[in-house]
This record gives sequence, C-alpha cells and structure tokens, in this order.
Amino acid sequence: MLQRLKDTDFLGLVLWVFRAAMIIMIVWGTVATIIENPYPAHTWIDTIVAGIAQGSLYALIAIGYTLVYGVLFMINFAHGEFFMSGIMTATIFVAQPMGASGFLDRNPILGLAIITVVAMSVSVGIALLTERVAYRPLRKAPRLVPLITAIGASFFWQYFFRGLYGSEVKSFPQLESLTGKVSVVGIEILKTHIVVIVAAILMLIGLYMFVMKTKTGKSIRAVAENKDVAALMGIDVDKSVSITFAMGAAMAGIAGVLYAVVFRQVHFFMGFIPGIKAFTAAVLGGIGSIPGAAIGGLFLGMFESVGPGLFLEGLGVPAPHQLKDVIAFTMLVLVLIFRPQGILGERLAEEKA
Amino acid sequence: MTIKKSVNFQDIIKYGLLAGLIALSLSAIGFITLLGERELISISGFFTLGHVFLFAAPLALAFTIAEKTHQESKAKSIGYGFAIGAIAALPLVLLIFAASAVDIRQFLVNVSPELITLLTFGQSLGVGSLLLALSFGLVGAFAAIVSVLPPKIRRPVINSLSWTLIAGTFSEILLGRIRSLFGRGFAKLIFSGEALNPLFAVILLVAVAGVTVWWDSRGSGIKSQFANLSPVKQKKLQRSRIAFGIILMLVLPLILGSYLTEVTNNVGLYILMGLGLNIVVGFAGLLDLGYVAFFAIGAYVMGILTSEGALGLGFTFWTALPFSVITATFAGIILGIPVLGMRGDYLAIVTLGFGEIIRILALSDLFKPYIGGAQGVLQIPKPSIFGIALVKPEQLYYIILAGVLLAAFIAWRLRDSRLGRQWMAMREDEDVAEAMGINLVKTKLMAFATGAAFSGLSGAIFASKLTSIFPHSFNLIISINVLSLIIVGGIGSLPGVVVGSMILVGLPELLREFAEHRMLMYGILLIVMMLAKPEGFWPSEVNRRELHAHDELETANSD
Repeated sequence: MLQRLKDTDFLGLVLWVFRAAMIIMIVWGTVATIIENPYPAHTWIDTIVAGIAQGSLYALIAIGYTLVYGVLFMINFAHGEFFMSGIMTATIFVAQPMGASGFLDRNPILGLAIITVVAMSVSVGIALLTERVAYRPLRKAPRLVPLITAIGASFFWQYFFRGLYGSEVKSFPQLESLTGKVSVVGIEILKTHIVVIVAAILMLIGLYMFVMKTKTGKSIRAVAENKDVAALMGIDVDKSVSITFAMGAAMAGIAGVLYAVVFRQVHFFMGFIPGIKAFTAAVLGGIGSIPGAAIGGLFLGMFESVGPGLFLEGLGVPAPHQLKDVIAFTMLVLVLIFRPQGILGERLAEEKA
Repeated sequence: MTIKKSVNFQDIIKYGLLAGLIALSLSAIGFITLLGERELISISGFFTLGHVFLFAAPLALAFTIAEKTHQESKAKSIGYGFAIGAIAALPLVLLIFAASAVDIRQFLVNVSPELITLLTFGQSLGVGSLLLALSFGLVGAFAAIVSVLPPKIRRPVINSLSWTLIAGTFSEILLGRIRSLFGRGFAKLIFSGEALNPLFAVILLVAVAGVTVWWDSRGSGIKSQFANLSPVKQKKLQRSRIAFGIILMLVLPLILGSYLTEVTNNVGLYILMGLGLNIVVGFAGLLDLGYVAFFAIGAYVMGILTSEGALGLGFTFWTALPFSVITATFAGIILGIPVLGMRGDYLAIVTLGFGEIIRILALSDLFKPYIGGAQGVLQIPKPSIFGIALVKPEQLYYIILAGVLLAAFIAWRLRDSRLGRQWMAMREDEDVAEAMGINLVKTKLMAFATGAAFSGLSGAIFASKLTSIFPHSFNLIISINVLSLIIVGGIGSLPGVVVGSMILVGLPELLREFAEHRMLMYGILLIVMMLAKPEGFWPSEVNRRELHAHDELETANSD
C-alpha cells in the first residue's frame, strides 16, 4: 500500500509521524502507568484472563468473517446479527423457560446443550436465508453492491428481532454450577471464563480439522482458491458457499451462548459492536486464515481489556474504560493502514485490500 | 422468447406459504398492528394501512404466479390466485389459535390482542379464521384478475387503486391542510373522522381511472404537440417552468403550514448531507460509513462557538458558520489521509471506525470540560437576520433552502468540471486513472473535503435548529440513513438525493407508525434496491446507460 504512495513524500511523512506518535503515546502511557502502579497484581491477572475470554469470543465470531472473506472476498456485515439472532431466540424460547422451571440448574449440561443447538440452528438458518436472498444473486456484481446489501441485511435483522422480541434487555438465567471461581495453577479464575476459553479452543480446533481434513473442507478451500476452476472440477460452488456461511454462523451461534453465559443478558443490538470488533480481529490476524482469526481475537481481547488501564491511565485520561472501544477501533485503523495483511496474513495481496 | 415453466401444484403451495410467512412476520414484529391504527377509508375500521400491508404479500405473489400462467388459461390463473391467498392465511390462522391457547406474548411481545382482533376482523376464532382465509383468497384472486386484464383496462385500475390508497394514507395530513386552506365544511365532504369518506374514495377511484383512460388515448398527442413546438418556444416554456419552481420553493412554507415545514426542514438537512456523501460515494466511489463524524463536527463547532451556556464562546450564527464548515472540511482531509491507500470494503469499515471513535470521544470524560460529554451542548441560539431571531420552522426553512441550493449548485457544477470527471475516472478504475495522470491523493482528498464541508454545513444548521446537541444524536444510524437515501435515489444523481430524502426521511416523519420500523425498512430497501433497481429511483444519466447497456444490447440483438 505504501508503495502506491511512494511518489508523494509528504504523505509518507505524515503517516510516519502518525505512526511514531502512536508508538510514543503507547510507550509513554505504559511507562507512566508502571511507575504510578495504580492497581495490585491480581487486578492485572483478572484483567488479562477477562481479556482472553473476551478474545476467545471474538475469535469464534471472527471465524465467520474470515471464512466468508476467504471464499467470497466480501465483508459479511450481517455476521454480528447471526451471532445475535441465535442466542436471542434461544434465550426467549428455551433458556428463560428452562431457567424459570429450575430445569437448567438440575441438568446444566443437558440444558446448555439444548440452548446451544437451538442457538446454532437459528444462526445457521438466518445465515443461509441471508446468503440465498441478499448475497447469492449479487455474486457477480461490483464489490460495493454486496457490501451494501450486507449492511441492509444487518439492519433488517437487528430491527426484525427487535420487533419480534421487544427492545428491552433480556436476562439470561444464571447457572448455579457456573458461579464462583476456581483455582487453576494458583490463579483464581471465574468458572464462566474457563468454559468460554475451553469451548472456544475446542471449536476452533474442530473447525480447523474440518476445513483441512474432510472432503467438504477441501471443496471449500478449492472454491476459495478459484470458483471457476472449482466448478470445472465438479464442485458445487453454491453448496460450498452455503456450507461456509453455515459454519461461520454455527461458530457465531456458539459464541452467542458463551456470551450469554458470561454476561447473562442479551439484546437486539448486541451483535453489532462485537461483530465489527470480530472483523477487526479477523483483519488483525490476517483475514482468510483460521489460526489468524484465533490469534487476532486473542490480541484484540487482551488489548481491549488491558489497554485502557495500561496505556491511558498513565496519560492521565479520566475514566479510561469508557475508551475501550476507541482502542479497538484505533487498532482496526492502524492495522488496516500499516499492515493490512495482518499478523499471519500471507495471502492478502493488494487487489484484495 | 422466454422459456415458460409450467406452474405445478407444489409451486402454488410454496408461493402461498411464502406469502403467509411474510404476512406472519409482519404481524409478529408488530408492524401490522401499528399500521392498523391508521385508517385509510372509514369502513368501520376494516380498511387500515395495516390491512394493506397484511394483504400485500399474497397480492404480490398471486400476481407473480398469474403473470406466469395467464397465457395458458385465465380461469386457471384466477383459481391459482385464490389458492395462493387461501394457503397464505394458514400460518396466520395457526398464530391466531396459538395465541388463544398459550400466553404467546411472553415470547413474542407484539402478538397482542389488538393484532388478533385485526386478523379475525373482530369475530370469534373460527369465524374470524375463515373470514381471514376467504379475504386472503379473494385478494389473491383479485391480483390474478388484474394480471389477466388487458393493459387498456389494467392501467386505469392499478392507477386509481394506488392513488386512492395514497390519498387514504395521507388523509390525516391532507385533512389538516384542506381544513385550514378551504374551510371545515369542505373538508367534511371528503373525510369522515381522519380517514377518507367511502363515497369520496369511490369518486376518487372513478376520477383517476377516467383521467388515466383520457391520458392513454390523448397523452401521446399532447406530448408530440410539445415536441413539435419551435425551439424558442420550448426554451421559453422551460424557463417559465424553472421560474414556477423557484416561486413554489419560496412560498412553500405558506402552503405547507408549520408542521409540514418542519418535516421539510429535516428533509432539507438530509438533502444537504446526501449531496455531500453523493460526492464521496457517488462521484468518487469511496464508500464512507463514518460520514456522521463531519455532521457531528459541524454541529459541535457551531454549538460551542455560539452557545449561551457555560461552554459557549459568544459567536453569532453567521460568524460561527464559516468555522463549522472549515473545521469539518479539515476533519475530512485529516481523516482522509490515512485511508488514501484503501479501497472498497476496507475503506467502509475504517471510516465506520472513525465515526464511532469520534462519537465515543465526544461521550467520554476526557473531553467533557470542552464539549460537555454526555450532557451535550445546550442553549445554542437560533440563527438571526438583522436582529430578528429565526425561531419558527417557516423562517428556518429559508436558511436551509439557501444551504441546499448552494450545495446543489456546487455539486452540479463540480460534476461536469475537470475535478468531477477525475472523480468518476477514479471511481471506475484507480490504476487506469492514475496512469492517465490523475493525482489520486489530491482527487481523493478533494472528495473527502467537499463531502465533509456539506455535512458540516448541515450539522451547523442542525445544531442551531435544535438549540441543543448530544453525542447520541450522532450515531452510525445517521450515516446509514444518508447512505440509504442516496442509494434509493440513485447513486451519483443529484435529483436522486432529493427524491431519496423525501422517501426515506419525509415519509417516516409524516407516517409516525413507519418511524418505529424505520431501520427495518431501510434494511429491506437497501437489499431490494440492490437486487432489483441498483440504479435507484432517479438514476444519473451515466448510471442508467451503464446498468442498462446490457438490456439494450439484448433488445438490439433480438430485433
């Protein structure tokens, strides 16, 4: 990207100054915070663990962006809504009644399994419907066109579910067996965080194996490489794309359940900001790569959780945690400006940026 | 020439269920109930806008099927239409019975008793369900009948129906205006309650049908008469038309009254923003989702400079206005520099990020001492001319009108200028444009700066119109609104911006029921427009030619 602007020295300079200013700010803030030392050590550990848990959620959602981008080169703006729709529906129709009747506390594993299945099915259904109606007919259109329908789909689903379930925040029942902390190698960690981290790792490994080892996974990779050639080799491109969407949405559905378990509330707007942040994570790790999404998610989660205390506190910013989202979005901007191929990105050539 | 696929039984069920699911969704999200409060024609509450939308899906799908089949047999397609309608009622009947069996509202908040009453026409469950199925079937059959009619009869029928529906939809507003312009007695002839009088509705139906028939038989003659006029006379006619337009714009507040002028003002602010974003997205092809940032900057600069509260600096509207616009322009350039190397969807996401960053910063405690944090900036004075404060919407209208005309003039002149052509070249292909000697950096920054300037102007007027501003007024939704309106109007088209603003901003303000579901409809509109009419309702010449070049080639080949 910088080569494109090489002839304009002034701009290169501006960007360089911008980058230097960011680095100085971060270093200065960090050093000042360390000298000031405002928090005790266990607060930092808590923040880091919370960041890892949050990052695992981002990673699961980011998978959807990465898979779809890898296959179709489009940002599926509505992906956050797949995440929201599944857990909203599961909360209203399954989790709340089960919580009220006490079933969830008697059979927590079975209960969570049912919730997960419902959330995943709804997310996948919404994703397939969106793909069929709003994306498939436009696959050959200019690239801005499917992006615009994706924005449309995102707002449509948000306000559709708002109309369906109402605009107020819905509470997700608390699981008694998941309250409290356990000690892992001497560190006290919230049980819910452990569930999130373990589940995310398992799902990511499973998905990676699926894409790398199975025949379906191979066909998806073939379609990502070249749709026309894949079609000539006898691969049903439409079906592969649908499967890609379904897999991304299934991950989003699970992420939804984990989100609800940690934060214990769901809302029609809950998918939007996590969606954009997960996209950031996908870009950060290198869009198109599954391990990249995982690493990007972790990085973003950590940055967001540790960042306000570490970088901004020392700079004397009042109430730095209000600026959590600013850190995430600034990361997005910085990555896209300075390293659009991401941490692990090997494939993101210039024509895709 | 088209390949005919025969319609079989399965298709009928599929279409019927699809129509039913659409009607069910509209009911379940509360759309139908909300619109059910707006009566179109006063027939004891059975002809509301809710009913129109309830019947829309079976109507449209029965029509589609009839279009496919009516060459085989007309009677058959009417039968199909009835079947589709009747099947479409099935999901709704299930909903009615489910609602009576369990307390469905704990899941779906909008399945209210009012909805059930509306669906069953106030009858008992069984009778109501039968009535619903019957009415759906009749609507489907009616759609099929309209479809099999010869075009000579079809056009007047469709025209008169749509005009009557439109008149009914806006009857509340029409009633208010007619009452104040022509008197109470005259209004009573046309309206009963707040809906159209059934008798008048019939008169309107017949009248519109008559006019359509007359126009169909004579219209082409009148048109050719106009075309045969001498060029001098044509030019004269055109000039008088422009003069009429200007006079109309000047006296508009007098005709519209206070409330409608307020709506027009809001539309005007969006036109201003739309004109700016149209330069960025439509001319230069840079999809900017953080456009609201410049609107916010314009508004905040105006607010802080003029506020009479603690934060204010004591400027007047007119001295602060240039600062608003200039600051927004600079912000456009500064936010433009980092994204110069990005294209397409990455640009969209980054600009979205910028918009959110600015909103969160405005909300944060960090800048609270300067811009008020979540409390916003209060006590912003209204603009004044020669010491007279412009308080009423009718007075503010002229400031907004002046802003819109200025922006439209600039945009229009820029479009065909050297810069405008550079933007369009860049939009089509950056690399080729660069190879042709276009300075991409300068051209892109000019697009961002111009777009931001318009948005800043709009924001400045917005701030002094509302007299107080809050960070919450500047969220992403505004960017999406503006993007939607230029897409609906036609990307890159100047009249399209006006048309888009009227449809997307004006309509929801006139029909407050729509405002509730505004974002839902924007979402549908964005998708449907991209699928069916990507050039928009009022496309620019270039886009029209480009998007239909393929069709023209086809027709040329088939000739």
